[in-house]
Amino acid sequence: MKKIYLTLPVITILLLTLVSPVLPANKPPAKGETLPVFNLPIPKSPAEKGYLGLSGDGFFKIPQIKTKVVIVEIYSMYCPYCQKDAPGINELYNLIEKNPDFKNKIKMIGIGAGNTSFEVETYKKTYQVPFPLFPDKDFAIHKACGEVRTPYFIVVKINDDGTHQIVHAQLGNYPGAEPFLEIILKASGLK
Amino acid sequence: MKKIIRVEMVLISIAISMWISIPAVYGASDAFKENIYKVGALKPVDSKLNVKVGDRAPDFTLPSVSGEKVSLSQYRGKKNVVLSFVPAAWTPVCSDQWPGYSIIKDIFQQNDAILFGITVDNIPTLFAWTNQMGKLWFPVLSDFWPHGAVAKKYGVLRSDGVSERALFVIDKKGTLRYIDIHDINKRPPLEDLVNALEKLKK
Repeated sequence: MKKIYLTLPVITILLLTLVSPVLPANKPPAKGETLPVFNLPIPKSPAEKGYLGLSGDGFFKIPQIKTKVVIVEIYSMYCPYCQKDAPGINELYNLIEKNPDFKNKIKMIGIGAGNTSFEVETYKKTYQVPFPLFPDKDFAIHKACGEVRTPYFIVVKINDDGTHQIVHAQLGNYPGAEPFLEIILKASGLK
Repeated sequence: MKKIIRVEMVLISIAISMWISIPAVYGASDAFKENIYKVGALKPVDSKLNVKVGDRAPDFTLPSVSGEKVSLSQYRGKKNVVLSFVPAAWTPVCSDQWPGYSIIKDIFQQNDAILFGITVDNIPTLFAWTNQMGKLWFPVLSDFWPHGAVAKKYGVLRSDGVSERALFVIDKKGTLRYIDIHDINKRPPLEDLVNALEKLKK
């Protein structure tokens, strides 16, 4: 009986640890690596769902986005540089969307480190962000990404067989829409 | 039996430490580079509040970073007032709070409210620190001397001389309508403050 009392908490804690979608990392995601494993909620908005090529409810992983390349920005509503770069990041989205060669091949998402859903929506509204943003209220994804400083950009190439690699990662230093698109095209082999 | 218990205890420790040993990282904006001083986990609240919702908010006059002196009473009958006390300049959570308020001037305006950011730091320190946040639209006040006098008046001066992370919402009559003495280690969710502001209309 005594053994059962001791075993149940152990099993519970271990199971929670093992099935938890996100594990902390000790360094930021880098070129040549794969993304840390984490889930994002499938957007409720039909427009955002359509943009990412997702359907239904529940969760998805970034490599499930129907595209060749995903640009992930880890940002925060409370980060001055993220705020400053926001218009330029929107410009990158517009540059991609208006080019038929890239429109369906490159997608963008943002993850708000430590931001609640309300804070993510506030940022989206303030800067008229046209691409999907996701809250990371408890910093779980931020921890899985090695507690990167913000803004942090991760460019992920998704292969036809469903595997993926990070082809570019950088902290801040956003060079503007056109130079950044060039970096992405070169790194991903789209050009 | 003893061996089983020992193994289980080790497994529990490993599993728990994977989560609780890594505190959330605030102040990660590259705007602050490597200049944020890590304070570690602190006692969540370390003071005794002197006011309560429904009380008349104690008046004060403090110098602001931009040079002029600001008195709470000058807004009576004109604006709702939010006081945002943060513990200290150049520390993680504090550096991650006012830049967010800075992009929601419209929400404050819609609720006919002004915001005052207050710390117990001196003006030059506040000047250098808030410069990293971009252009803040609200006054930043220094409760440096007599040290923490306003924080003490409200009952939010901690035993080590910094203030709590506290939000006070004061209506146009000068009455305290909302108080959040927040866990110093965490940022108050924005929605809680916005809800409090929106309740002022009711």
